[in-house]
This record gives sequence, structure tokens and C-alpha cells, in this order.
Amino acid sequence: MALTGLLWCVGALLAVSVAAIPAARLRSASTLVYGATLSVSALALAIAIACLLAGGPLLGALTLPVGLPWLGAHFRVDALAAFFLIVVNLGAAGASLYGIGYGRHEEAPGRVLPFFAAFLAAMNLVVLADDAFTFLFTWELMSLASWALVMAHHRRAGNAAAGYLYLIMASFGTLALLLAFGLLAGPAGGYAFEAIRAAPPAAGVAAAVLALALIGAGSKAGLVPLHVWLPLAHPAAPSHVSALMSGVMTKVAVYGVVRIVFDLLGVPTWWAGALVALLGGVTAVMGVLHALMEHDLKRLLAYHTVENIGIIFIGLGLALAFGANGMRPAAALALTAALFHVFNHSVFKSLLFFGSGAVLTSTGLRDMEQLGGLIHRMPLTAFAFLVGSAAISALPPFNGFVSEWLTFQAILVSPALPQWLLKFLVPAIGALLALSAALAAACFVKAFGVTFLGRPRSDAARSAREVDRWSVATMFVLAAVCLVAGVLPGYFIDALAPVTRSLAGARMPPQGALDWLTIVPVAQSRSSYNGLLLFLIIAFAAGLGAEAIHRWASGALRRSAAWDCGFPDASPATQYTAGSFSQPIRRVFGSVVFRAREEVHIPPPGDLRPAEMHVRLRDVLWDVFYAPIAGVVGYVADRFNKVQFLSIRAYLTLVFGALVALLMVLAVWQ
Amino acid sequence: MDRLALDVAHLFAGGLVLVSFMLLYQDRMTGLVNNFALHALVVSLAVAWQAHIQHAPHLYITAAIALVVKAIVIPFALHRIIVQLGIHRTIETVVGIGQTMLAGIGLVALSIIVMLPITAKAGTLTQQDLAFALSVLLLGLLMMISRRNAVSQVVGFMSIENGLILAATGAKGMPLVVEISVAFSILIALIVIGVFLFRIRERFDTVDIHALHEYRGERP
Amino acid sequence: MAIVLDLFVQIAQMVLVLALAPLFTGFVRKTKAHLLRRQGPPLLQPYREVLRLLRKDVVLADSASWVFRVAPYLVFATTWVAAALVPTFATGLVFSYAADVIALVALLGSARFMLALAGLDVGTSFGGIGSSREMLIASLAEPAMLMVVFTLSLLAGSTQLSSIAEFMQASDVGLRFSLALALIGLIMVAIAENARIPIDNPATHLELTMVHEAMILEYSGRHLALIEAAAFLKLLLYVSVIACVFFPWGIAVSGQGPVAYVAGAGVYLLKLAAGGLLLAAFETAIAKMRVFRVPDFLGAALMLGFLATLLLFVTMAR
Repeated sequence: MALTGLLWCVGALLAVSVAAIPAARLRSASTLVYGATLSVSALALAIAIACLLAGGPLLGALTLPVGLPWLGAHFRVDALAAFFLIVVNLGAAGASLYGIGYGRHEEAPGRVLPFFAAFLAAMNLVVLADDAFTFLFTWELMSLASWALVMAHHRRAGNAAAGYLYLIMASFGTLALLLAFGLLAGPAGGYAFEAIRAAPPAAGVAAAVLALALIGAGSKAGLVPLHVWLPLAHPAAPSHVSALMSGVMTKVAVYGVVRIVFDLLGVPTWWAGALVALLGGVTAVMGVLHALMEHDLKRLLAYHTVENIGIIFIGLGLALAFGANGMRPAAALALTAALFHVFNHSVFKSLLFFGSGAVLTSTGLRDMEQLGGLIHRMPLTAFAFLVGSAAISALPPFNGFVSEWLTFQAILVSPALPQWLLKFLVPAIGALLALSAALAAACFVKAFGVTFLGRPRSDAARSAREVDRWSVATMFVLAAVCLVAGVLPGYFIDALAPVTRSLAGARMPPQGALDWLTIVPVAQSRSSYNGLLLFLIIAFAAGLGAEAIHRWASGALRRSAAWDCGFPDASPATQYTAGSFSQPIRRVFGSVVFRAREEVHIPPPGDLRPAEMHVRLRDVLWDVFYAPIAGVVGYVADRFNKVQFLSIRAYLTLVFGALVALLMVLAVWQ
Repeated sequence: MDRLALDVAHLFAGGLVLVSFMLLYQDRMTGLVNNFALHALVVSLAVAWQAHIQHAPHLYITAAIALVVKAIVIPFALHRIIVQLGIHRTIETVVGIGQTMLAGIGLVALSIIVMLPITAKAGTLTQQDLAFALSVLLLGLLMMISRRNAVSQVVGFMSIENGLILAATGAKGMPLVVEISVAFSILIALIVIGVFLFRIRERFDTVDIHALHEYRGERP
Repeated sequence: MAIVLDLFVQIAQMVLVLALAPLFTGFVRKTKAHLLRRQGPPLLQPYREVLRLLRKDVVLADSASWVFRVAPYLVFATTWVAAALVPTFATGLVFSYAADVIALVALLGSARFMLALAGLDVGTSFGGIGSSREMLIASLAEPAMLMVVFTLSLLAGSTQLSSIAEFMQASDVGLRFSLALALIGLIMVAIAENARIPIDNPATHLELTMVHEAMILEYSGRHLALIEAAAFLKLLLYVSVIACVFFPWGIAVSGQGPVAYVAGAGVYLLKLAAGGLLLAAFETAIAKMRVFRVPDFLGAALMLGFLATLLLFVTMAR
């Protein structure tokens, strides 16, 4: 019943997409389209929440007679699908609400509106798909719709190259997924997920499927080393689409991995968990180090998405390892941590992208080195961005801290794992996770501090204005969700119980019944956390301090020039820039990871030219991995180029040769 | 009482690993030699403790030799060599100190992986002590290959010897004769190396082994 | 009735740490002066400093925003709450079940986040120096602290600081090597986080050698008083953590009655005095290191913590 409702919502989104093509000419086209997608997404969100919380009676499956004639199109909503539908539709609703305000500045609405609705429809369909063909078809639809959105402003520098790279990586990913599903379906060719679940594959085949699923879905999610398209493509799209791609589409890719690895592959193996967790750890650190080196606000956020995907995969890997060893409650803990982080990240990453979109609308700039002092001009955006930064840096009492805390608790349960490799790997992954969390805080001090604080570094920053109320309202709603999820995490963990029960065979202890809304991951004697109480205590302490100060201290305040150690009236150019802020970290970590080299050219005394400092960063992955492949492909293509210029006789010879070869094969096969 | 004795022995072994890491951390010549004196001191204390709990008086002599020769005489001699050669400055490393320490952690992990299955029949603490002794050996080798300086290579070589002593005394007993001969060979090796250092310094005005490459006859 | 009593004990602890924090800093300064054969400022001088600052006007830079004005309150509140969570004279206080050691580390991280933002707020180069160096130190000190926390939690089977303290006091832990590594790592992190020599000089006047002082360069009046109080609290917090985990004898277990609490408080004062003496002696004995040697120092702390965790992982629960 709920499934029919959800499919009608998807149908409505597709109808909006088609209707937007002619409607784009209207003046209020964007308001209409985004309003329509907002209402449909909100409806789908409500249905999905009902499915997750109510469970059994609302779930179900359905087959539509579209697609392949002998297969049809299977759809199903179960606990996992309901959870990811919540993530997708919350993000979609947020982006639509934001778009109502942001879309007014869109210069080519006809290139954005139809594909936006189609993108939302495709993402919903991927989560609902219950057979391989539907899954792949809707996956490709999602990729193409987002590619069209990336290419919406294709005349801007760099966007076309980003779209090209995205198309190549997306096609490659779909190819890997196609092979994975082919292996899963087996020689009998049963493509429905039901059939695949009933016939789990042999060990070797399972390993190949895992690798292919990680390559295919992992490249869409942003796992190292397949993440290279993400920081180019995500920023190229309009800001609300960037939020959708980073916050939601990567989660749909995570859904793909979870569905294939946890659901369709049967019992996991421990080395699969080790591999996934290790990939997650490396991705987390690489992502955040890249983010620290960036000074383009949207690219920084995109690299940060890579880091958070790494954290999610750490949780998934631990869940696999625990599941392989039969430690079901620990697997439930790790899986809950990963899925809660999926939800949290989609919320605060969308919030941060909306903030950067507001900055872009207001100033026309994405480069942090030209911004500054925006907190005075755009106070509401700055406040929401601050909440998002605090949430993503895993600071209590926000939600980012809760999911990281749960992941750490899962790591602390890990000594019970018997395999030697895991005993060495898990503490290393714990160290990587701790390192990435600390670096993420540094990154967001830089992002918020250089963009919003300080003094304006350019005229555009000096003349910025607050954006429209739709955008601001969206950001504040998401900031409120961040706080609520951080302060009342018990309810969210309980809501995830049906998902972990279906995938890991156990659930975390029920949290809603505990005193004072504490959460207890394993046992009360072991650890507990109470977000609400902590928030109240901090507020109480701050209030007490403020009250005491108010009463007994001097309340006088006067404004004056900055002290700055006595330098009079320094220009805003003497402030720290993004590059200078991350210079110590670049020196310590970057010289190893990026082969970062600094060169300083100081002209001789008396020369009036300014001194210059050049920083060169090389992406080692690009040099080692992608450049050789591109070289080989280019070489082979050059050799094959000769085929373009043959004579008619040569072409006829080719056709003749192919025919003779096929006949010989037929003869031998007989 | 027995548990305490094993704990203290374990603490000494672990302390030796810690001092080996401190050796890797040093970036100044005098600090390196002082740290090596501490290394030898810890080894002599560990051997003395083993002598106490194993009731093997000949190990006291081993401890005394380690203390006198390696903790007092050799560092004193090295200090004099350093001052006379005029090389008391910072030590250049091949890769950064952070990466060297990370490699050191990997070596400790490797020693644990190798040693724990082999010594499965012994008690937990003895297993760890042997794994620590192997790691001290490997860390000494790491020090030799990651420094560009001849004096640091001498120190690394000595710390390998300390690791061997720890392993041998930890596994119940080493005859005194063997120990005296080993100690003498170390002393001879030091004298020879010291002589060579002086000759190298006289000839080439440097003890940086990188600079010595040019005289091997292979480079143009 | 019982819960009111528990709440009273918790509030007494909060008041105690707030009252003792400036005294501890005064004690350290006095001891350092005596070691240098000077008289040094009086023991109660930090109290007088805070009171003096409270009475002064705040001079706010033109480019400062509300973040600059709110940050001192938040820094003070989070540091005070973190200090309230550490068992000083008794374990098992009411608030300690709301947040464990990981949450404590994150609370200190929040304080640092706000302070670093405040450093960038006025838009001068000195604030930038302080913030960027502080975040470099944090990016290594926080993982090192977390590794030490992991070691302690693996041993004690819990991440609650109260449970860890009770475990270390009650059970027969013995001399474990991982604990020694964790102690050394924790001391190194504590020195870095509290901006003591050799990482940062709390008494320097040279901006290029500052980290913490550079971030708060623009603060004055009551805001500066709150930040100084937070710095005193942070130092007291770290010394209390080291005392309650590694030297837990004499601490009162929850529910033992008021006599045990008072005795616990006395023992706590003795431990603080010992910690202050050692800190002063250590700071007098060595010199400040170059900024780019600090990552090596903290990297060593991270390695020690990681080695301790690795050893425990390998040898536990087989």
C-alpha cells in the first residue's frame, strides 16, 4: 500500500519533469516546479517515515509490467529501503525549498528544472528497485540526470571537463555493477533480487562481486581511488544540485553497496570487512587532507564528502567483520553507527552546500581567498553555516558527534575479533578515524573563519547581502535537525532497529526506555552518552557564567581599532588566507601525501616587484593510477585511428574477413 | 611475588623498546649519544633483574659489563670523538622523523606477528618480552639505514647488540664466556670504527656517507 | 532525596574545581620562580588577575562580530563542564554518566574550535598565526589523546572516566607496559594542550612564539577574564585526569559517605601539589622547541598511544 503511494510520488516527479520542459519559459517556472517537487518529496518523506516506524503492515513488493517482457519491473519497500527513502526525500525536500529562492537567479532554467525533477525521481526509484535490471536502469537515469545538471552551465570554465570525467566514471561504474549483477544472477539468469537472495554465490564469485560492487557503487560514493570525479563535478552543478549530489546521491551509492554486500551476498567473510574498513580509513584521511589544501569553498565541501563516506565505510567494514564472526550485537552497533552517519551527513552536508550557494549568490565568488567578513553582511547564513560546521566537526551536542562516538564504541568492541589481521588493522583504522576527525575540525575552522570572519578581502565581499528567506529558512530547518538529532539520538537509533535486524540479525539495545534519554550502545556499565543532559548542562554553565559576569563585572564595552600589536590600520590583505591557515598542516602532512613543494621567489632589494610563493601539489593517485590509463587509451586510440582512413576495398576486406571468421567459429562450434 | 617479578622484567623489556623509539626521535648528536647511554643502562638493569629472578649470578657480570662498557666508556669515547671531529650538530635523516617512527611501529607489529605464534607455549609475558627484543633489534637496524651519519650507524649497531643480549638473557641463561667474547668483539669493532672515522674525516673532511659515494668509482 | 544529595555533591565538585584552578596555576608559577631563585608572584595572584580583568572595560575591535563576544562564554562553559566530569575527590558523580572520556575530549575540542574562530574573527595576522598553529597542534594532539583513551578503555572495559578510575584503584592491574606508554603519551598531550613549555610559552611576549596567546591577543576585560579562567580550568582538568587514572589511591568511590569524600578531597589536594611541583620542575628544565618540531613531538605521542592500543588489541580477549 505504501509502495503504491511511493510509486505515485515518483510518477508525479516524472510528470513534473516532463511538464517543466515547456513551462521553463514562464517567469514563475522555478517557483512552480520547485514547489511541486517540494510537496511530492514531503509526501514521500512522510510515507517513508511511516514505513520505517510502523514496519510490517506497510511494507511490500510490487511488479509493474514495464521494462523487459519476461522480467517486468520489481519494486519493494523494506526497512532498509524505507530508511534510505527518508534520507533521499529529506534531501530532496530541502533542495526544493532552497531552490524556490535560489532558482530565481538561475539564468538557464530550462536546462535545470526538468532534469532536477527527473534526478529526484531516479534516486527514489534506485532505492525502490527490487531486480537487477530496474536497479541498473534507474542508476543510469540518475547518473544521466545529474550529468545534465552538471553540464547546465557548460560554458563556464572547467565545467565541460568535469562533466566529461563524470560521464566516463559513471559509465565505468555502471559497467562494474552490470558485471556484478551478472555474476550474482548466475548462469540461470534470475535477475530478481528474490531469486538472487535464494541462491547465494560461491566464495570466489562472492569475492568478485564484492570487488565489483565496491568499484561500481564505490566510485559513485567517492571511495579512494575512484573519487577523482567528485571534487570536479559536484561543485560544477548549481548549488542545490551540489547538495543533492554530495548529500544524497552518494548515499544512494552507499545504499547500493549495502544492498549488494549485506543483503544479496549472504554471509560475509572477515577479510571483506577488513578490506572495506581499510578503504574507508584511507578514504577518510585522504579526503580531509585534500579538503585542507583547497581554497574553493565548494571543492572543499566535496572533498569533505569523500572523508565522511570513508567514515561510513569504516562502520560498514566493521559490521561485516563482526557479522562474519557471528558477533551480532557488535555488528548491529557498527551498522547503526554507519547508517546514522549516512543520515547525519546528508543533513549537514546539504546545509553547508546551501550556505556556500548563498555565498555564491550573494557575492558571485566561490574562492575563499576573496571573501571574508561575511558574518556582518549575511548574519543568518553565517549562523546556519556555523551550526553545520560544528556538526560536521563532531562537536557535542550536535549529531556528527553521536555517529562518530558510536563508531568509536564499535572499534572498542573489536578486540574480541579473532583474526590476526583484524587485530592489527582495527587499531590502525581507529587512529586514522581519530586523525580525520581532528583534521576535519581544522578544515572547518578554516572554511568558516576565512569566509565569514575577519575583514572582507574584495569588493564583492564588502557589498554582499543576505539571501532570500526561502534559502535561509531551509538552512535553519536543517540546522534544527542537526541539533535535534544530536540531543535526542535515542529515537533515531531505535528507528534504525528494523534495518539492522534485517541486515545483521540483531539490534542495539532499546534506547527509548532509558532514563533521561541516555543512549547506551552496549551496556550501561560500559559507556553511555546523554546529549540532552550535556546540552542543558553546557547551557546552564554558560548562563550561570553570563549571569555572574552581568552582576559583578563591569558591563562597559567600547569599539576601537584592532590592537594588532600596535600596527595602525593594516590592510585586509595582511589577514591569514586559506592557504596560509593550512600551511602548517600542509608542511607536516602534505609533503608526504601530496609531494607538496613550496617555492619562494624574493626579488633582490630595490626591486619593486612583489615576492611570490608558489605551492605545488601533485595528486599522487592521478599520476600513478589515472595518467597511465589515459596514456594507454590514447595510444590505442591513435593506433586505431588508421581505421578511419582506409579505402573502400579495405573496408570490404574487413567485412569479408569478419564474415569468414564467424562462419569458421560456427563450423568449429558445431 | 612471582607475578611482580615477571611484571618488572616485562617493564624493562618494554622500556628498552621505548628508549629505542627515543633513539629514532633524536635529531642532535649529543642527545643521541646520551640516549644510547640510557639504552645501555636499561639493558644492564634488565639483565641484573633477570639475574635476580633466575638466580644466575653470572648474569650480574653481564650486566656489569653492559653498564661499564656500553653505558659509560663507549658514550664517553663517542662524546670525545664527536667533539674532536667537530660534528656536534643535527643529524640528517633520509626520510622525516615522523615516517621513521611510523616504520618503527610497523616493525614492532611485525615482530609481534612473527614471535607470538612461534612461542605459543610460553607464558604471555615471556612471549611479549621476546617480541620486544626482536623489535629492539629491528629498530636498531632501522636506525642504521635511516641516518646519513656514520656515528649514528655505530650507535644503531650497538643497540642491535643490546637487543640480542635482552633476548638471550630473557630465555634463561647465557654462558659467561660467550658474553665476554661478544663484549670484546664489540669493543674491537668500536676501536676499528673509531680509527676509520678519524681516517675518513682526515681524508675527506666529512663523515657524511652520501659524500663518500663519489669516491667509490662508480659515479662519473 | 538520594538524587538531590548526588546533585549537591556534583555541584560541590564544580565549585571546587572552579575555586582551585587559579590557585593551581599560582602554585606552579610560584614554584617555577623559586626554582629560578626568584620570589615570584603571590599564590593568590591569578585570582587578583581575574578580578582585575572583570572590572575593566572591554575594548572591542571594529571588525569583531558576535562570535568574538560569545566565544569566551562558550569556551568557559565547555571547559568547566569538562572539568566537572573528571573524578577529583570521588568517582561516580551524577553528570559523569552523561558524557564519557570521548565526549570529554570532544568538549575540549569544542572549546578549541570556538577559540580558533575567535582568533580569526578580528582579521589580523596574529590571530591567524595562533589559530592555524593551534589547529596543527590539535590535529595531532587529539588523535594522540584518543589513542590513550582507547588504551585505558580497553583495559578497564569502559569509556566512563569514573569506571576507569574505579577499575585502576580496585583491581590488580599490575605494572603493564601499555599503561606506561599511555601515561607518557597523556603527559605529552597534556603539555601540548595546555600550551606549556616546550610547545608554547605561557609567559612569552613575542608574538611569533605564541600559540594560545596569539589567538586571544585582541581580548580584554571580562572576556579575557573568562578565557583565562578557562585556561586555568583546562590545566587543572588534565592534571586531575592523570591523577585519577594513574594515581587513583585515596579517591572516594561513590556512595561511601561524606567522611570519605572529605578525605578524598584532601588526597586530591596532595596530588595536585605533587603535579604542580613536577610540572614546574619540568618546565624549568627544558627549553621551548621550534614550531615545526612540535609535530614530531606530538607524532611521537600518537605513536606511543597507538603502540599501547596495538599491544592491548593483540594480547587481549583471545
